[in-house]
Amino acid sequence: MIMRPTAGTRTPRRSKHRPVWQEKPTVVGSIVKAITLTIICLAVLFPLYTVVLTSLSTQPTITEAGGLVIVPGEVTFAAYRQILAGGIVTRATMVSVGVTAVGTLLSTTVSVMCAYGLSRPSSLLHRPILFVLIITMFFSAGMIPTYLLVSGLGLIDNYLSLILPGAVSAFNVLILRNFFMGIDPAITEAARIDGAGDWRILATIAMPMSKAVVAVVALFYGVGYWNAFFNAMLYINDNAKWPLQLVLRSYVLQGVTLPGSGIGQVDVATGAVTGLPVKMAVMVLAVMPILLIYPFVQRHFTKGVIFGAVKG
Amino acid sequence: MTAPTVLAAPRPVATRSRPSPPEQRKVSLRTRWRRDRSLIIMTVPAVLLLAVFAYVPMAGNIVAWQDYSPYIGILDSPFIAWDNFARVLTSPAFLHAVQNTLVITGFQLVFYFPLPIILALLLNSVLTPAIRTTIQSIVYLPHFFSWVLVVTVFQQMFGGAGLVNQIMTQNGWGSFDLMTNPDTFLVLITSQAVWKDAGWGIIIFLAALATVDPALYEASVVDGASRWRRMWHISLPALRPVVILLLILRLGDALTVGFEQLILQRGAVGAQVSEVIDTFVYYQGVINGDWGFATAAGLMKGVISLLLVLGANKLAHLFGEAGVYQKS
Repeated sequence: MIMRPTAGTRTPRRSKHRPVWQEKPTVVGSIVKAITLTIICLAVLFPLYTVVLTSLSTQPTITEAGGLVIVPGEVTFAAYRQILAGGIVTRATMVSVGVTAVGTLLSTTVSVMCAYGLSRPSSLLHRPILFVLIITMFFSAGMIPTYLLVSGLGLIDNYLSLILPGAVSAFNVLILRNFFMGIDPAITEAARIDGAGDWRILATIAMPMSKAVVAVVALFYGVGYWNAFFNAMLYINDNAKWPLQLVLRSYVLQGVTLPGSGIGQVDVATGAVTGLPVKMAVMVLAVMPILLIYPFVQRHFTKGVIFGAVKG
Repeated sequence: MTAPTVLAAPRPVATRSRPSPPEQRKVSLRTRWRRDRSLIIMTVPAVLLLAVFAYVPMAGNIVAWQDYSPYIGILDSPFIAWDNFARVLTSPAFLHAVQNTLVITGFQLVFYFPLPIILALLLNSVLTPAIRTTIQSIVYLPHFFSWVLVVTVFQQMFGGAGLVNQIMTQNGWGSFDLMTNPDTFLVLITSQAVWKDAGWGIIIFLAALATVDPALYEASVVDGASRWRRMWHISLPALRPVVILLLILRLGDALTVGFEQLILQRGAVGAQVSEVIDTFVYYQGVINGDWGFATAAGLMKGVISLLLVLGANKLAHLFGEAGVYQKS
């Protein structure tokens, strides 16, 4: 064991990330740690791997595996061609994309405005408005009265019912507000002296300075809209208007036969479920946008999100 | 109307808790309006949305005291005082749902709640930043999956047509179906919750650990503290406020247990083990059309949850912790 008493000197063998005062990790400890963390990561990644692989496999490969494929065989995009060629899944994807895009834009805009409007502690009516916001975090009206309201407004089978009821999350507004309040008042004061109004300060100073946190909040909203299925179960009776998550639930989870798509049908000759790659392809489709956007927003998480992580 | 009026503080709360700086006390209401009106206008869309979709339904809870029928409407449905509440409280199905809810909450408090803390301590001890951030991005990921997807993934792994059953039957080890077995349902839903959210849960603990002054560790090493003693005396105390905060929030949510998760699996496993308060409200109201009854059940849940949060927060203050909110 080599110990150098003088702080700051580096022995060549010490990992550059380990502080000087910290003892060298034991071999057993490191191995146990490595194995645990590997298992944890595999537990997350392995199911995704087999689902993606099965969605890309040909029927013989799947029949040979007896179901989900673990060892890669022949690759085909047939399942994706089938579900994206029009029909229920294609339509549902478009509904989900539309609702998510419009909803995220609306929610983020409204929340950013509200958060900035509440970010100057001494401003007029600031406290009562904040109070109105915070109450919604502690007491929610409940499912039935909300349902009665939405149906009373005639929004059943209307896509607005998937957007408006949950459009503003007080938590997200408070995350943004926290961030806006952290902006140095000297900067906004300077802009004000130069003649900028609050709208202009928000658009040209506060927003650009808070890009990361706005991106994270937009991600939260977007993920919420994309993943929601229960509101559609409540408000959308016409299954031609179903979003993708509801289609995933019916045709994959509950195994209802999807007309004309081969999902859920059993091949008489082999007894294997012929729709398996199609099912898996629907699953991949349902998670694709998240996998695509995640890497870009992920690095901002720790910045402004700590507060939101409590509830989110 | 005229005059350099008032202390410009319409709310007693405002003056008591946060006295405005002296120069602002002289500003008239009209000047303040002119100065702040764009700020107020900015909040209007959000306030309107909340007014319509959060506050109107709060008032809509009046249905709980009515024999509500959608054909007659809220205004004309007959008032029946507390009948709905009495029916809810004497309904065996409701009491069973409450029991299931509390069992699930209790079980997850023991088997789910500590996991993110342990995982955060483990991850915090990984020294190479590249490895640490890679693992972080992997374990955060499932938090962003929908419940439909999570349940479907579990079905494909552990269900009757799933991977585990497939391997077991191929090797002649019998059959396996976790998704429809009521006896193991608690374990199933807790594993799903862990898979989805335990990773994300560490983010806040990691942040708390990052604020610890390294000098503390250094000093304790000089005093001869081992790795484990450092964790016990430095890392864990640093996490305490966060743990208490999360416990309070969890307590406030004690009556809310994975509604989407449960409603997705109620059909497969049966109502006996999967019926919780929220699913009870849904089935009684939307499916059975017993609107007043379901609203009463939901309202009781909402009020008790509110009391639980306030109570837990009070408790935290008594223990000298910050809690969720403080009287400023």
